[in-house]
Amino acid sequence: MADFLILALIAGVAVALVSGPLGAFVVWRRMAYFGDTLAHSALLGISLGVLLDINISLAVVLCCVGLALALVAMQRQHWIASDTLLGIMAHSALSLGLVTISLLDNVRLDLQAYLFGDLLAITPEDLRWILIGAAFVLGLIYWLWKPFLAITINEEMAQVEGIAVARYRLALMLLIAMVIAGAMKLVGVLLITSLMIIPAAAARRLAQTPEQMAIFASLLGTLAVVGGIALSWFIDTPAGPSVVVSALAIFLLIFLTPRARS
Amino acid sequence: MTHPDLARLEGVSFSAGKKQILSNINLSLHDDCITTLIGPNGAGKSTLVKILLGLVRPSSGKVWQKPGLVIGYMPQKIQIDRTLPLTVKRFLQIPHSYDLGSIESVLADVGAAHLLDYAIHDLSGGEMQRTLLARALLRNPDLLVLDEPVQGVDINGQTELYRLIAEIRKKRRCSVLMISHDLHLVMASTDHVICLNTHVCCSGHPEAISADPAYIELFGASQAATLALYNHHHNHSHDLHGNVVSSDCCDTEHHRHG
Repeated sequence: MADFLILALIAGVAVALVSGPLGAFVVWRRMAYFGDTLAHSALLGISLGVLLDINISLAVVLCCVGLALALVAMQRQHWIASDTLLGIMAHSALSLGLVTISLLDNVRLDLQAYLFGDLLAITPEDLRWILIGAAFVLGLIYWLWKPFLAITINEEMAQVEGIAVARYRLALMLLIAMVIAGAMKLVGVLLITSLMIIPAAAARRLAQTPEQMAIFASLLGTLAVVGGIALSWFIDTPAGPSVVVSALAIFLLIFLTPRARS
Repeated sequence: MTHPDLARLEGVSFSAGKKQILSNINLSLHDDCITTLIGPNGAGKSTLVKILLGLVRPSSGKVWQKPGLVIGYMPQKIQIDRTLPLTVKRFLQIPHSYDLGSIESVLADVGAAHLLDYAIHDLSGGEMQRTLLARALLRNPDLLVLDEPVQGVDINGQTELYRLIAEIRKKRRCSVLMISHDLHLVMASTDHVICLNTHVCCSGHPEAISADPAYIELFGASQAATLALYNHHHNHSHDLHGNVVSSDCCDTEHHRHG
């Protein structure tokens, strides 16, 4: 098996494992559109990273975090509904990113790779960062699991019970921003949210507890990544969309299977 | 009665944009006492409770809580997304891992022992309220704050729930602050009533507010009569914006207008 394929597989599995539990929170907290907005802003991060000549993954994380903070601040006002605001931010960030990139005429960026992912171009350096990031994020999720669940059930109740809701909400957003930065190479900014929500949604059918749902989401995500890479390898399809297509296939398979009566 | 205060609001006002929700509220919650907050929709009852709990910052005024006060809060209703698989048992264990024994005993206290392994999404309105009450009680609170505890419960269930709350209060010797629409149901089990309509219209013993049984009857006669009733029994009436337009008599602790 080719080296780049092994790199792609390891990176893909790492991202899928992390996306499982975070995707579950995105589904439970109805943050899919929020995740999408952050993902779109990743492209702005890429262009700023190139412009300022800093590490692109770092630039993406910073950009996502900045946008998340701006969103939280702006959601306090009431003259524009949240979803309208998200729509404005998502597409503005994406367009700003595209315009900025086009202005950098001495740099050639493979835009396609950032929009739809280029799993097979992952370098050992990329892989190292993805693995470190994934271990860090998984560790934090494990550590903060209970407070995260508490604020997901009801923020006001959690607050009265002594949980620093604002802090944990922010932590959750930061983790999602990090996963977006990591998953960007894999499936591209336009498809990242699907890698978080499709396996989590599929896992719902199989799970009896929140923990089971998170773990099943990780496993189904891994399966989707392996399936997608296989598809890409054998019939030469683009890797990112192939991963999403195999995630969809798993989702449909689980949903169309009649539920076993207990 | 020399019950020490558990919490106080001092000159609390709150406005959202140009709309005044609460204006110059002064109130104290005493130890070992059931206080009921009544008032029409939009009177600011929930906002007042949220300010007291520290969930909402008042525009002006002070909130005081006895240091170390443990509050059990039962929100009006909670919406847990159906995609979150959760049994009643797990719901009560997040975020604090109470042992199964205390969970079972508190569920038994609220008459919901059989719900332990139910999925939270399959509960009826009354079962959900009991589960929320159990969650608030698990903290062993000094003060129980209940925002419309009978929301979504049928009329028989409502009486039953109020009876349960009074019983639990007696057993645990904790104080209760609750919001209610229907004074006639809570009348028997409340020590102190506060009528709220942006400002505190009047407060006192339920009997002091009106010793007349007709008052209770009228209050329960129809939800629509609630607002009109206030006007009858207060020393002033309200215009459409809730502003005080006149003063003519006085019977209990009434507020003053400058």
